[in-house]
Amino acid sequence: MAAVKETVDQVRAIDVDQYKYGFETDIESERARKGLGEDVVRFISAKKNEPEWMLEWRLDAYQRWLTMEEPTWARVNYPKIDFQDIYYYAAPKGTAGPKSLDEVDPELLKTYEKLGIPLREQAVLAGVEGAKVAVDAVFDSVSVVTTFREELSKHGIIFCSISEAMREHPELVKKYLGSVVPVTDNYYATLNSAVFSDGSFVWIPEGVRCPMELSTYFRINEKKTGQFERTLIIAEKGSYVSYLEGCTAPQRDENQLHAAVVELVAMEDAEIKYSTVQNWYPGDKDGKGGIYNFVTKRGDCRGDRSKISWTQVETGSAITWKYPSCILRGDDTKGEFYSIAVSNGRQQVDSGTKMIHLGKRTSSRIISKGISAGHSQNTYRGQVKVNRKAEGARSFTNCDSLLIGHDCGAHTVPYLESANPRAKVEHEATTSKISDDQLFYCISRGLGPEEAVALIVNGFVRDVLQQLPMEFAVEAQKLIGVSLEGSVG
Amino acid sequence: MLEIKNLHAEIENEGREILRGLDLTVKPGEVHAIMGPNGAGKSTLSHVLAGKPGYRVTDGSATLDGVDILDMDPALRAANGVFLAFQYPVEIPGVANMTFLKAALNAQRKARGEGEISTPDFMRLVRAEAGKLKISQDMLKRPVNVGFSGGEKKRNEILQMAILQPKLAILDETDSGLDIDALKVVSEGVNALRAPDRAFIVITHYQRLLDHIRPDVVHVLSKGRIVKTGGPELALELEAKGYADFVDAA
Ligand SMILES: Nc1ncnc2c1ncn2[C@@H]1O[C@H](COP(=O)(O)OP(=O)(O)OP(=O)(O)O)[C@@H](O)[C@H]1O
Ligand SMILES: [Mg+2]
Repeated sequence: MAAVKETVDQVRAIDVDQYKYGFETDIESERARKGLGEDVVRFISAKKNEPEWMLEWRLDAYQRWLTMEEPTWARVNYPKIDFQDIYYYAAPKGTAGPKSLDEVDPELLKTYEKLGIPLREQAVLAGVEGAKVAVDAVFDSVSVVTTFREELSKHGIIFCSISEAMREHPELVKKYLGSVVPVTDNYYATLNSAVFSDGSFVWIPEGVRCPMELSTYFRINEKKTGQFERTLIIAEKGSYVSYLEGCTAPQRDENQLHAAVVELVAMEDAEIKYSTVQNWYPGDKDGKGGIYNFVTKRGDCRGDRSKISWTQVETGSAITWKYPSCILRGDDTKGEFYSIAVSNGRQQVDSGTKMIHLGKRTSSRIISKGISAGHSQNTYRGQVKVNRKAEGARSFTNCDSLLIGHDCGAHTVPYLESANPRAKVEHEATTSKISDDQLFYCISRGLGPEEAVALIVNGFVRDVLQQLPMEFAVEAQKLIGVSLEGSVG
Repeated sequence: MLEIKNLHAEIENEGREILRGLDLTVKPGEVHAIMGPNGAGKSTLSHVLAGKPGYRVTDGSATLDGVDILDMDPALRAANGVFLAFQYPVEIPGVANMTFLKAALNAQRKARGEGEISTPDFMRLVRAEAGKLKISQDMLKRPVNVGFSGGEKKRNEILQMAILQPKLAILDETDSGLDIDALKVVSEGVNALRAPDRAFIVITHYQRLLDHIRPDVVHVLSKGRIVKTGGPELALELEAKGYADFVDAA
């Protein structure tokens, strides 16, 4: 088993957080006590080997969080969260995983199969215990990660975990962390600031075009990140980066509450493209279980002529509360938001964007496609705000909802606020249903009812799918089909 | 090939009987024309055969090559060779015509236990068939039927038929909305598909179409029944005299 030993060593070498891959470590000792308190914040910071200033930052956030109230304005319903009943720091995958694939929920395996995920990878995703499987998968990843790192460092790009960044590049983290999403931005962002466990850090030097999509790494990294992720991406002058977050294989996760924070900073002439595919566990047919996904994502077009583009495909989670936004601070900056939000079963989605026009000739473009099926509720909530000084600002919103069946709901809540009378702000919205005639037309050509729905829905979201990088788009397309299963009688 | 016996069908919600003891036998290789007044039940017959929801069969049977199709899922009927060219083709926004064709063909092949068609083979097939029907590349890329003119929609139905190669094709007023040139193109498309193991039911109001697609048998459908059957000359007679004689007979 020399190869296995070698692999383990390689894994250890690349990341100080290697224990989280699930090797034979005493997991119990890696867990903070249940509940939240100053001691827990200190515990997390100590576990991460953080510098003193980071601990102070967290403690400050914690103190502020104590004085805040949970927001209630979103169109979502859920029982009150007991914040003292949560582990804020634990090995993110369940400590007692299934012993083999035979023990994994067959429904989950069926889904993996449909997505075309190889058996070996399925076992890893389902959190099956046993080093053999894990090591094999990790072995593949190690080489990938290493090649990636070499290539990236040649360009001076920093791409690492945020914990590592705090230790290796404190000046960058200090300068930018919390500069887009302030510590007290909102209840969940503040909570995240106090207890975030890990996430990614990206820094693209001036004038560099990142030579690859930063994605594969994250798929592996995903396993390690717990419920409170923190991501920070900085694109210096004239640089470009495309970042893909998420994994298209659904993951069971015992953590009910996920509250991530993502901050993007684009300097002059820089461009950041951030794509997400989110399919956390949505709960069962009756709405039992499932993730509460309360995310704060915001990009700051800090330099003139910079551009930030958010693309998201949201199919998972019991509750999604998420508004990736752009602050169009520099002159001639551009913000984009392309979204596909699919809800089925008892899922509740309240998602959209905020475009804040501060600079001159700033422009924003919002394309949102909401698909509701089953007994789900799907709300688009978007705000376009134009500052008095944002001369020549333009904004365009197109927001389409598609209903499947009779028991779901689609809602559009646009807020337009323009303090500049010359700004051009447009908003279009449509709501439609998949008609019985459309369904029968497809079925009469040989498609099964579910295939027919998937085809029609994929047509509906085509504009947005085209924004995703190619291979991602193909996976997303399959995923949309899978999430809508059972939506037609 | 197709054997319909004493078929009774009603509208599910209203309980109104539309097909009232319809008998029809179509042999392999034959083209049957069905004519008849508005509201006689021609489209209803085509829908019931294709398996459209909303109708209830209360009596009778319909078999294709000896297999009862009325109990089959509509998708399976398609895989077994039933094809309906709709009187009113449906628009599907965002789904490229080409994508739709490929999905349909592969779904049918899968249901029959055949493998998926390779992309190059599919492209060749579509190009060839689209060319015959004078369907442009642009129309292949555009979403299914969206913004198509009436005639383009009908040609698109025939393209689907040509790709899917059904055993039994039912064309419901495919000629209506076609200009003279398009009528020719479509008819040639249909004629090219005539084969000893394939049968057609052509529903039409006009003799014109039957000049191009020569039927073997012509039926008059009235009030949910076949009330008269004859050769091609029957269509000419109808054209001259109208339905009055036959409708009374029903
Ligand atoms: N879904 C439906 N709901 C209610 N009535 C229906 C439905 N489908 C058909 N009908 C009725 O059934 C009768 C037969 O209709 P059908 O469309 O089969 O006639 P047709 O012979 O095709 O007429 P046309 O020549 O005008 O196309 C009509 O009275 C029609 O209104
Ligand atoms: Mg009709």
